[in-house]
Amino acid sequence: MDEKKIKLEAKNVNFYYDDFHALKGINMQIEQNSVVAFIGPSGCGKSTFLRLFNRMNDLIDGTHLTGECLLDGRDIYDKRVHVDELRKNVGMVFQKPNPFPKTIFENVAYGLRVNGVKDEKYIKQRVEESLQSAALWEEVKDKLKKSAFELSGGQQQRLCIARAMAISPSVLLMDEPASALDPISTAKIEELIHELKKDYTIVIVTHNMQQAARVSDKTGFFLLGELIEYDQTKKIFLNPEKESTQNYITGRFG
Amino acid sequence: MKRFLEKLVEGILMISGSLTSVAILLIIIFLFKEGIGLFNSPEVEKGYVLSVSQANPVNSLSPLEVKDIFDGEITNWKQVGGTDEEIMIFRFDDIFNYYPEEEMGENYEFLPDKLSSVVQEHATIIAFLPEKYLSVSFQGKLLDKKNISPLDFFFGKEWFPTSAPVAQYGVLPLILGTLWVSLGAILIALPFGLAVAIYLAEIADVRMRKVLKPVIELLAGIPSVVYGFFGLVVIVPFLQSLFRLPVGETALAGSVVLAIMALPTIITVAEDAIRTTPRIMKEASLGLGANHWQTIYRVILPYARSGILAAVVLGIGRAIGETMAVLMVTGNAAIIPATLLEPVRTIPATIAAELGEAPAGGAHYQSLFMLGCVLFVITLVLSVAVEIISGKRSSRGV
Amino acid sequence: MNKKNIIQWFTFGIFRALSYLVVLILFFILGFIIYNGIGVISWEFLTGFPEDGMTKGGILPAIVGTLCLMAGSMIFAFPVGVMSGIYINEYAGNNWAVKFIRIMTNNLSGIPSIVFGLFGMSLFVNTLGFGDSILAGSLTLGLLVLPLVIRTTEEAMKAIPDSFRTGSLALGATRLQTIWRVILPMAFPNIITGLILSVGRVSGETAPILFTVAAYFLPKLPASIFDQVMALPYHLYVISTSGTDIEASRSMAYGTALVLISIVLLINILANSLRKYFGNKVKTN
Repeated sequence: MDEKKIKLEAKNVNFYYDDFHALKGINMQIEQNSVVAFIGPSGCGKSTFLRLFNRMNDLIDGTHLTGECLLDGRDIYDKRVHVDELRKNVGMVFQKPNPFPKTIFENVAYGLRVNGVKDEKYIKQRVEESLQSAALWEEVKDKLKKSAFELSGGQQQRLCIARAMAISPSVLLMDEPASALDPISTAKIEELIHELKKDYTIVIVTHNMQQAARVSDKTGFFLLGELIEYDQTKKIFLNPEKESTQNYITGRFG
Repeated sequence: MKRFLEKLVEGILMISGSLTSVAILLIIIFLFKEGIGLFNSPEVEKGYVLSVSQANPVNSLSPLEVKDIFDGEITNWKQVGGTDEEIMIFRFDDIFNYYPEEEMGENYEFLPDKLSSVVQEHATIIAFLPEKYLSVSFQGKLLDKKNISPLDFFFGKEWFPTSAPVAQYGVLPLILGTLWVSLGAILIALPFGLAVAIYLAEIADVRMRKVLKPVIELLAGIPSVVYGFFGLVVIVPFLQSLFRLPVGETALAGSVVLAIMALPTIITVAEDAIRTTPRIMKEASLGLGANHWQTIYRVILPYARSGILAAVVLGIGRAIGETMAVLMVTGNAAIIPATLLEPVRTIPATIAAELGEAPAGGAHYQSLFMLGCVLFVITLVLSVAVEIISGKRSSRGV
Repeated sequence: MNKKNIIQWFTFGIFRALSYLVVLILFFILGFIIYNGIGVISWEFLTGFPEDGMTKGGILPAIVGTLCLMAGSMIFAFPVGVMSGIYINEYAGNNWAVKFIRIMTNNLSGIPSIVFGLFGMSLFVNTLGFGDSILAGSLTLGLLVLPLVIRTTEEAMKAIPDSFRTGSLALGATRLQTIWRVILPMAFPNIITGLILSVGRVSGETAPILFTVAAYFLPKLPASIFDQVMALPYHLYVISTSGTDIEASRSMAYGTALVLISIVLLINILANSLRKYFGNKVKTN
């Protein structure tokens, strides 16, 4: 394990919303081509931490960060980093499916277009590849010109995954990607995550512990802004070191 | 007793609630009652007739033809379907050029006969005579008496409500004037207002917003007559010297003033629309590497499209109905303008300028109410359009 | 910086500049009128009657007339508007009748002010025989601002959480008692703010009073509601476009415009500080 390349790293990260200390001294390493799950009760900071890695928290006024967030060993909060270049490299899938009010095709093509790709042939090819990787191609290939809103919730979420993949990021951040979906769609998404592991480093925030157990290699447990425990998923679920982890996993709070 | 009181209060509240509907109903009734009267008024001034010689083949003339004849623009009967002869214009007072006053008799009792013979003797005459001086044995041929037709009103190209013998109620120049000024205003105000709305909703920090919001509120609060006055003493002379115009009171001056006045409406409504874009849409776009501006024009603006459209329609509505400011700066010439640099006259300005001088119940008075009806219908259509546009937005959900 | 960020920098710069321009326009208009009008303002100007074909003297009758119209229109519009707002928000459910009332109220607010003038002349002045009078003018203006009063009342009441209503009803209070004792007192500050803004709107309206009340020149104060009066906005219009000697009355016009704008400014400041005052009060409670 140790020889694996470190993709993402947090060094003593503290994060504040105005006066509220949301993340407290977090250290974490995430290896390339692995799936890491963040679990913990609502408001524990897991989503906030996830959003640090593509600087989505920049959008919120009055926030403040100390410590370092590294991608491939480089600080992503460095002044020389273009935030849109970073986000191109670190894709994100959100809690609720949020397709744009555009056609299915244009949704997937969006990331390419805003990043200056003009070659229509290449765009077409990438759209198809991405939809295929997201296991959606067969379902939508005849209605690419239809509005994305005509898809079911589960299809919309896979469309959002395809959209994120179209610009070939190396990391995919998923913020409770299945929380708004039915069990069948959820299963499809989880299956997809397994597939995607080959090409991507995936970080997934989830409320659903079975889901974390099913899809992830490593799991981090957050509580009140602190990273309580971070280890192999099996270890966390079968034999956690901390009592609070044990309590959470056995459903005593949260 | 308590229940009775509750019911009573509810009844009173309901009556107040329905008052706006009653008001609209009353507005419709009163406007149209007076306005429709126009089409029951004769073309020729009340109490007067137009007459030609019996020999003249012409039986009727349109209002515009009559006006052109009396203005000397049509001089030959051939031009209006008659024989190739020069037209001789005869107004009632001209009778004294033919017969000395002494011959009229003590109480003008011979006047009708004299009028009759003048018309009889001149084959090319067109005479404008008071009805009460027509004798029973009048020898002339009276032209067909028609009422003012809606066709002449809506498509007539001339607005001369005081011209005699036949007033011209062609509303086309006024409608076009209103449209020119309003469209000019919206062309200026839309890009301007949209830019400010985007800045307020997306770019400005809290401090700047705290400055801009009250400024926009104040702009909306300044009375239109003050805008008109400001336009008159600042914008009009400025445009006049800028474009070296003979007069500065032009459609463009109206457009500029109206644009400033429509700005608050456009900014406020468009900003609200932009703010309705869900944050997750924005985050999705940014998450894909789009920068802020790309997100604004590729995601946020398309999402807020119907709201922005509503802002435009409301802005146009405000511009079309605006009276005082326009009245003061557009020069009020009732001609169909070729460019924005000519004086124009809008519908509201016409009503404001002329109603004071139009005798109540007369055709001129009625025509101004008809203009009010036209204005009312236009703004009603715009209101309904906004209703439909914003209804669509809320039903789209997402 | 790459190309798309250059475009962004450029576009945002333009947007910012245009936004500053809006501020500049306001300050220019205000500054221009204040600069030219301030010298005209004097005790004589505010309390005297127009003289010499309105090229000298004061504007007292116009000030008094406008105040009469502001008060008169509110006497009509305020109770009716507040009652309508209560009815729409508290009584009527979401049925077709309410939808209809709401659409009608919206439409009424979209009707141009000159059409109100025509209507007021036809109904109040001619048909009901009020003549050109404060009464006719106030009713016309009242009708004009009615939608504004209704809307602000509605918004003020909508802002009050339903829990207060259910809480009161659960204690056995009737609907009317709930409105009277709970909802209205809470909504009151915002309703008053709306009222003040409506008064501001009335003070500047010209078109509706042209044919219902406004007098071209009337150097006396009104004695009853059936009297004609002068009014500030109409007076400004008259002396800047059709007075006996427009050039000579220009300074009078600046002064009148300044008085008019001061009223609007005062009203806005008043409304804003009330909003702030009550807003803070609600927060700390």
